[in-house]
Amino acid sequence: MSLAVSELRRTPLCDIHCQMNGKMVEFGGWHMPVQYAGVLREHHAVRTGVGLFDVSHMGEIEVIGPDAEQLVNFVSTNNAARLKIGQAQYSALLYEHGGFVDDILVHKVSDTHFFICVNASNQWKDNEHIELMKLKGGFQADVVFSSERYAQIAVQGPKALQTAQKLTSTDLSSIRYYWFRDGEFAGVPARIARTGYTGEDGFEVYVEPEAAGTVWNALLQAGAEYEIEPCGLGARNTLRLEAKMALYGHEITATINPFEADLAWIVKMDKGNFVGRDALEKSSRSGITRKLVGFEMRGRGIGRDGYEVLIDGLPAGWVTSGGPSPTTNSNIGLCYLPVEHAHPGVPIQVLVRNAPVDAVTVATPFYKREK
Amino acid sequence: MTYPETYRFTKEHEWVHVEGSEATVGITDHAQHELGDIVFVDLPKVGSAVTKGQTFASVESVKAVSDIYSPINGEVAVINDLLQQTPEKLNEDPHGAAWLIKVKLDGAPELNELMQAADYQKYIGAE
Repeated sequence: MSLAVSELRRTPLCDIHCQMNGKMVEFGGWHMPVQYAGVLREHHAVRTGVGLFDVSHMGEIEVIGPDAEQLVNFVSTNNAARLKIGQAQYSALLYEHGGFVDDILVHKVSDTHFFICVNASNQWKDNEHIELMKLKGGFQADVVFSSERYAQIAVQGPKALQTAQKLTSTDLSSIRYYWFRDGEFAGVPARIARTGYTGEDGFEVYVEPEAAGTVWNALLQAGAEYEIEPCGLGARNTLRLEAKMALYGHEITATINPFEADLAWIVKMDKGNFVGRDALEKSSRSGITRKLVGFEMRGRGIGRDGYEVLIDGLPAGWVTSGGPSPTTNSNIGLCYLPVEHAHPGVPIQVLVRNAPVDAVTVATPFYKREK
Repeated sequence: MTYPETYRFTKEHEWVHVEGSEATVGITDHAQHELGDIVFVDLPKVGSAVTKGQTFASVESVKAVSDIYSPINGEVAVINDLLQQTPEKLNEDPHGAAWLIKVKLDGAPELNELMQAADYQKYIGAE
């Protein structure tokens, strides 16, 4: 189904994207820029300088009340009780059967207030899920759907710190990776998180929607000396794939569990009960049958999302995300394979438009920044 | 970018340039622009047949794969080796050095259904 452009959701920066000649596409019901100057140029800008992303389509859900921590811990896989105030954590919402509802970023604002960033197209489903689990567990907390209250802008790359620092009196270098602070940014109240979806250093800045244009333009100006590039969803995808960050609907779905997705590190089985725990317990006892693994093309061809993977000529799995890696200059991807083959060094073939093309499984991430 | 008067254009954004019994086929500047950064070009083997309206090659950008359709019938005489090593040339010179294939024509090509440069430019303007 395709929606008419007029029916698509727009971020507060939509007009700016059009004015700046962003190439607009439909993405999960949103009218979003897929690229500005070009995916490769934007990709390299983030790896070597700084790039700017409108990620206002992402959703925000806040859990507030005396049982906020208990509720967050009950609906998510990571241990929210381990978070200090001002700290953020990658986590997941699961169904009882162990499959993903979504992957999320949990921020602890106070002992009774958690701020959760969720995927754009999942935000209503996530909100309903958390609300339902709240009723189920009888938690005393409000689940507040706040997406309309926030625009989100990501500034990413080795020059992100210098760029963003020009716009705030908050000492950004003192915010550690996966921590955040509330302050003023480009003259407006902001939540400034040292997080991102690119594998680079950088910040994700949450502001009220009315201020989005001001913040966007201020960042473009502040980053001019580092040749900042506005970036679209195309570069966002190639960057996150190189860093092996999961994308909902690709690596993680309702029928995949975190162990299969190579995300055991966000599951804390010893933290007490949580939604999906019984299913994961079973999965862990019986062992998983398939697992996510990286691959690199050896033959001529590019393995793309959804392509079939063969081992010794027989169907063995599928590509979840695949494409060219501008940083490593190779064609890379992630795929599900039977667990006995899901380790580096296994020769595989990717069925590229009915022709098997040689590839080999490799260690991930494909790219890791030097610290 | 100019659209040569001697070329004919398809609705699927290929161009063909017929010279005697040979034709050169490529994709248009509009097509390369829509595709974005091109990273891979898959061309047919020399000697294989191409059929009007049928796909004979694929062009991949960072984001997606696109099929390329033949505007004519014939046999592949030459493929453009330049594109095997440097597919990005297709972004730079789609109407010139980055042609895809040269075809030995099978009979007289039916060019009447194809667009002239001016019509094609109108067509992409309206698309």
